[in-house]
Formats: sequence, structure tokens, C-alpha cells
Amino acid sequence: MASHQRSPAIKGAKVLMVGAGGIGCELLKTLALSGFEDIHIIDMDTIEVSNLNRQFLFRQSHVGQSKAKVARDAVLRFRPHISITSYHANVKDPDFNVDFFKQFNVVLNGLDNLDARRHVNRLCLASDVPLVESGTTGFLGQVTVHVKGKTECYECQPKPTPKTYPVCTITSTPSKFVHCIVWAKDLLFAKLFGDKNQENDLNARSSNAASSSQQAEDVFERQNDEGIDEYAKRIYDHVFGYNIGVALSNEETWKNRNRPKPLYSRDVFPEEPSQQNGNMDKNCATDDPLSVSAMASLGLKNPQDIWSLLENSRIFLEALKLFFGKREKEIGNLSFDKDDQLAVEFVTAAANIRAASFGIPLHSLFEAKGIAGNIVHAVATTNAVIAGLIVIEAIKVLQRDANNYRMTYCLEHPSRKMLLMPVEPFEPNKSCYVCSETPLLLEVNTHRSKLRDFVEKIVKAKLGMNCPLIMHGPALLYEVGDDLDKDMAANYAANLEKVLSELPSPVTGGTMLTVEDLQQEFTCNINIKHREEFDEEKEPDGMLLSGWTQAPRVEKDDNKTVGNGGSSTSNASSAMPVEAEEDDDIEFVPTGKKRKVGEISKATNPNLSDVADDDVLVMLDGENLDINKKKKLQ
Amino acid sequence: MDGEELTEQETALYDRQIRVWGVDAQRRLSKAHILVSGMKGTVVEFCKNIVLAGVGSLTLVDSREVTEEALSANFLIPPDENVYSGKTLAELCCDSLKDFNPMVRVSVEKGDISSFGGDFYDRFDVVVISSCSFATKKLINEKCRKVSKRIAFYTVDCRDSCGEIYVDLQNYTYSKKKLDETDECQLQYPSFEEAVTIPWRALPKKVTKLYLAMRVIERFEEAEGRNPGEISIADLPGVLKLKKELCEAQSFNESHVPDALLERLVSDTSEFPPVCAILGGILGQEVIKAISGKGDPLKNFFFFDAIDGKGIIEDISNPNPGS
Ligand SMILES: [Zn+2]
Repeated sequence: MASHQRSPAIKGAKVLMVGAGGIGCELLKTLALSGFEDIHIIDMDTIEVSNLNRQFLFRQSHVGQSKAKVARDAVLRFRPHISITSYHANVKDPDFNVDFFKQFNVVLNGLDNLDARRHVNRLCLASDVPLVESGTTGFLGQVTVHVKGKTECYECQPKPTPKTYPVCTITSTPSKFVHCIVWAKDLLFAKLFGDKNQENDLNARSSNAASSSQQAEDVFERQNDEGIDEYAKRIYDHVFGYNIGVALSNEETWKNRNRPKPLYSRDVFPEEPSQQNGNMDKNCATDDPLSVSAMASLGLKNPQDIWSLLENSRIFLEALKLFFGKREKEIGNLSFDKDDQLAVEFVTAAANIRAASFGIPLHSLFEAKGIAGNIVHAVATTNAVIAGLIVIEAIKVLQRDANNYRMTYCLEHPSRKMLLMPVEPFEPNKSCYVCSETPLLLEVNTHRSKLRDFVEKIVKAKLGMNCPLIMHGPALLYEVGDDLDKDMAANYAANLEKVLSELPSPVTGGTMLTVEDLQQEFTCNINIKHREEFDEEKEPDGMLLSGWTQAPRVEKDDNKTVGNGGSSTSNASSAMPVEAEEDDDIEFVPTGKKRKVGEISKATNPNLSDVADDDVLVMLDGENLDINKKKKLQ
Repeated sequence: MDGEELTEQETALYDRQIRVWGVDAQRRLSKAHILVSGMKGTVVEFCKNIVLAGVGSLTLVDSREVTEEALSANFLIPPDENVYSGKTLAELCCDSLKDFNPMVRVSVEKGDISSFGGDFYDRFDVVVISSCSFATKKLINEKCRKVSKRIAFYTVDCRDSCGEIYVDLQNYTYSKKKLDETDECQLQYPSFEEAVTIPWRALPKKVTKLYLAMRVIERFEEAEGRNPGEISIADLPGVLKLKKELCEAQSFNESHVPDALLERLVSDTSEFPPVCAILGGILGQEVIKAISGKGDPLKNFFFFDAIDGKGIIEDISNPNPGS
């Protein structure tokens, strides 16, 4: 291992880094120190204040600038003679195609979302370039090696789908604070400030049969002659009072549940709320719409405090008024953004008022913001450790030291004395639809589902394709591209609106479709099976994709397990990624499933002889990970 | 929840980490004073982590001048003679670290770490030393232990692709979250001298060979009057001879200290940057735990070897203290 910096494998290597965030900054630094001389780095993001606590190549003065570019400049200051090429761009851009990937000896990921990870995985497979993948959250992290034909690809094991909640839990029977957040953010906020044409379930259960949906819609519209105070209070009384009252009338719902308490502004406010008006002038100092704040006008300072019902109610009314008073132009186009102070205040207050009504504990703005924004828990130390491990694996890949590839978990609590636990990588999953050619199976009602449903819900959402092309035998049903001629484009647009069985080349039970992404150079086949009925709650897509099973793994019959012993089944994926889409690194957290560690080849490395003797079932403890906090809400 | 609140600026900057360890821990961090000595790659990594985390102050000790070797794993100093000539390693690192977080006071203390008295150490909550001789480690550990308040003491060293962290928290109480309950836990740490003089035969079974190998190297450098890391492949016969003597004196099976490992440790003593990052990260995490009183601290050695990729904790303490 001596003198790595001078190793020709490192010096001559051309490396692609994807991501210049928390892991990326650490990784670029460690690569440069380790003697790498030709590094390319892609990141589409710009620098934000909340990055500065760990993305140490960035300073306050860099806020708003390209991460990739600033990172490059910072590293060149201490290693001026190496070559770093930065791209302020999305890795999914067509420029980064297979030919682009082919010029590299290894690709190193420091990404923050499943989509981009899958995209890079496919490009690495298509261009046959090894990939070292990584992720961190809090004190936990993981590094894995993916070499085509030798180890499993990033998608060999199914990734868990984002957490979703049944509609009625959100609209009628919340039992956790997160349900109240989802209601406040995705229903109420969207209803009041978002696109009016968007479907919204806000009144789904609360409007009784007599009132038409048209009437229910009007409730949320501000009348021409309506004062803002009057309007704000009317909304408050409608959603926290009237709607709860309507819901209570359905006795069946509350047989085994605690009955919520309708809240009306006249009961919550000890006196006329108009006399409690905030001081809007405090907001006049600035023109920046993102700094308008109801907290500021009401003199509430600490985001860690849990407000009383009265305080939440004041924030609610004040925030609503501020949106109409200061940001009226944006109304109708707003979507929730965790960096929008007023939006966070409104959602926190609305969620808390609803929580109070349902007897759910209230939360601080800080906590509510974390839940609503899927904010990633991130610290510098874990990123530094993970970056070090990535470089160690990258060097092994460059030296073609395949017997010593490891995936490594960084743990919060030691397991078998280890804080850093290396595990031998798995072989490719023979039924992986990405790296093997195994077809998938899609159950769908071919008389009811449109091609558009198939494209959106399956090809894009499930298969992660960017520029899909769909074929039925020789017939082209759909394709995406800038260079389509008019007739073709019109043809495809028409196809999108047709149900599968009525396409020019009808898709029915027994059909095999070929779906291809030209950019990812990735093709897979899907066998279609017709099915009449789908369970609305469990199968909301009205389709079921399967055939993507985990390869059976030999399990040793012993009890050497650590952690939550209850779950000993081997079907679900191990090392499940927890997905959180934010501005930063997150991802896989080892959860409580077994992975078998294979035979570590002792012959090749005498130093391993003492440690490889216990062929272990490793189980990583997911108990303390607080995963719930990081789940995607919807 | 006593003490003043975090400022708005702190809340914004530390948002993501407060979500990991809480406001209370962040407040404690901002009041902690850290001393480090030996500004090589591993310590530099540690300093970066702890400055980003937002400690109260960081004091650097290292009066050496810049050499090519000192720069090899150091990202704080540009390799430009115009910048570094005439300045000590500590001064140069200080200039860069200040930039990382304007809310942390970073300063330099001139002089020799082993000449400072007890009242000097009294100013610190955490002391981290690196690139020190065996004697210096013992000496400073003892000085820290004599100060009336508890100082968390650490040593950290990286040789080639291997690394070691030693931790002394003396009598340490911390809270441990178990599901919904919080338990008070207590740990008793041995001093550095107590730990390293435990007879090898009394060590935990299957103790990592790295622990033993590091002790052999440490003794060798001490006996030969070398500076730490001042060793080469030419010394291998001497090192192997010492290993044999140490094992024989303790009736310890020599095969537990593989010659190949010792050979690796003497043939390249320069720090391997990825290992610096890993050790600096683990050490940063440990110091944050010790300051905040949250989470299981490491007791009392940590080892990493890039060859097998394992990061192992070893408890090297006398099972019956006081007997
Ligand atoms: Zn695969």
C-alpha cells in the first residue's frame, strides 16, 4: 500500500465525480491529496447557507454560485498542478451520454437522489465503467462498488418506494403529526396558494352529499368584497371547525377512534383577533418575498419553541394575511418550499392546529420544517469518513484488485466491535431487469389504462427512464426527442390518450413491450397481463409491476445476528436506501435485514487471515436510526 | 435547557447538524475549548471537522516549519513558498481554518507541548495530540489527568494505511437513549500508561494485531531515541528483534504480531490521505460525543487498516482496576 500518491494507477486515472455536495467536497479533497490528477466533477446545484456546516470548500461569499466550480477552485489552491474539470449541469443532460462516460476509468457518486443514482448506474453499465456509490445520513453511511459482471449493480436490489399515506388518513383520520403536515402542505397550502386546477382532496370527506363540489370549491375563494381579516378567519373556521364538525357526523369513523374537537376562531381567541394583529411593518424593511415572516410580525423568535394553540392560530391568520398582503402575485403558482419562511410558518401553524384538534402532540417550527421539507440530517464527520472509504475502493478498482472490493457500512453503534464494517460485495442479481435481460411483468387493465398512465407511472416513475421509446414488436408506440417530425409527434401525442388495447398496435394480455432509454442505453422487456380490478388503496396506480425479484441468497443456519431479531425473512431487500430528496446527500441506511458475507479470499492477502475466519451473518440495526423522520412524505 | 439561545445565524448555519444532535449539544459545542498538537494530515482533518461543527475555540500547537512531507496530506496549506516561508505549521493551518467558520476562534500557541504546565491545560475541555513520542503521550496524559476538571484526552496517529486513536475520558457519565428511555451510563477509562502496560496475555482474545504492532514500533522509536515516524525499512531487523524480546518477556505467542504488518509500518510512515480522512472523521465524532455527553463514546482504542477495511474498537483496560 505504500506510496499511493506515486502509483501509476492513480496518477494516470481519469475520474468522474457526480455530486459536489457534502460527500463531494470531502471526496474531491481526498482524491486530490491522494495523488489523482485528472478529475471531472458534475453538479447542478448552487451553494446555500445550510451547506456551509459541512461542505467545507464553500464560504458565505460563495452562496448562490455553482458548487462544482467553487469546489474545483478551492481544491486547485492546495493542488494547483492537477486538472479538475467542473460542469455546472445535471448529470441527466444528454451531453453526459455513454461516450462521455466511456472516457473515465471509474465513476464516483456523491448524489442525493434515487433518480440520478439509477441514471448513473445505467450509464456505467452501458459504458462498462466501474461505479463506486455512496450515501450518508447523520452518523450512518455506506460505500458500495459496482463493476459490471462482477458485482451487483446499484439496482440489483429493489429500492423501497417512497412512503405514502392513504388519502383518508390525511383528510379524515390523522393519528401522527406527519399526517397533519402532509395535510397542511399538500392539501391546504396547495389549495389556498397553489394551482387551482390541480386535483385536491381537501374537501373530499368533509363536504356532505348535499353540497355540490362546485360549492365546496368556492369556500376557498376570497370574495370580491371580503376583507382579509374576515377571509382568513373564514378559512380558519371552515377547515378547523366546520370540516371537523362534518367529519364528526359520520359516527362509523369514530367508533374506535378519539373524536377530534372542532376549533373555531371565536373560541380560540380570547378577544377579537383583529386587536391582536401583528405588526406588519416589521416586514417592510425588505423587498425579498422569501423573508416575509409571520413570526417576525408577531415577535416570535425561537424556531425551537413549541407554540400554544393560540400562538399557532395567530401565526396561521397572520401568514395567510401576509400571503395576500405581500405576495399576492404568487398566489396560484406557489408550491411548498422548505426555504420559504412564510410557507413553513403557515404549514407549521396549520399542522399544529389540526394536531391540537385531533389530540396529537404539537411540534416546533424547526421540527415541522424538517418533516415538511424532508430535510436530511447531515454532519461533516460522516461525509469525511465515507469519502475516505470511496477513495480506498476507487484505488482497488483502478488496480483491478477485484478480490478485495468491499462495501462498507459506517455505523453509529459498533457491531462486533466494528464502527466501519466491510462486507464482500454480492454477485449480480440474475433477475435484475437493469443489468440482466430478465423481462418484467405488468398487470394492467388494458381496456382502461391509457398509454399515458403507462409512460408516467411505470416507465418514468418505476423504471426511472428519461427519454423513453416504447415498441410493440416492430411498431413504435411512443418516443421522446427533440428531432421528431410534426406528424410523428402528433401521432405519439394521440397514442398517449388511447387505452392500451386500442393503440394502433393493440396491447393486450400476452403482449410483450420493449421499453428503451436511448440516453441511458438501457432496454427492458415487459410482459403484459390483463387484469380487471385493482385495489384503490393498495394499488393506486391501477397497475402492478413485478418480476423484479431478489436473487435467492444462501443463508447460513445459525443465529449470529445482531439487532432487531424479529425480522428474519430474507425476501425484502437488505441495506435499504432511505430516500430523501433534498439538496444533499442521503441515502442508504442499513436496516435490519440479513446479508450474507461470502467467503473472503484469504489466499490473496495474508493480512486478512485473522479476520476472515468468522463467516458472519451481518445484520445492521435499524432501530435507532429514526428512519421515520426521513421518509418521503408523499 | 439553560444557557443562552443560539443566534439566528447559528441556527441557519448549523441547521442540518442540529437535526442530528440537538440544540443542547450545539450549545455545549459552542462553549468547548479544544487543544491540538501535531499539525499533520489526520489532525488537520480533525480540525476541519470540529471547526465546521462549531466549537468555541481551537488552539493549535506545532512549531515545525513546512516540509514536503508535512504538506503531503495537508489541504490547509498551498504549496507556495511565498506563502509558507517563515511561518510555522500551526500558524499556516490557523490562517486557513479561521476561514472555515467565522464563529470559531482559532489561535496558535507557541512553544513545546511537553513544556506546558497544568494551568495551561486547565483552559481546555479537549486535548488531542499526534506525532508525539511515547514519553510525551504519557506525560501530557498525566498532566491532563491532574487538572481538577475533566479533560477529554486523545492521541491519534496514522502510519501508511493504518491508524490508531486512543481515548481517555477518565470517569465519564453520559446519557444513552434506549427507545423512549434515557439511561445514565458510566465508564471508567485507564490512563495511557495503564492501558499500554497491561500484559499482552491479559488482553482481550483476538485483540487486533495492529494494537500490538503499534506498541512494538512505539517502544522501538523510544529505545532508539527517534522522533515519531523516524523509522525505515532498514530498521526492520531491529524492530523484529524487539518484538521477539517483548513477546518472550511476556510469554506471548509471537505469531500474534505478524512480521508482515511490522514491515508495512516501518517501510512507509507517510500518512495515506483517505485514512487521515477516516481517522479525522471518527475522532471528530468522538469529540462531539464527549462534549455533548450524548451517544456511546469509544472506549478506549480505535483502529483502522485500509487493507481489510475494518474500523475496530478495542477496550484495552484492566478488567479489575485497583486490584
Ligand atoms: Zn442489476
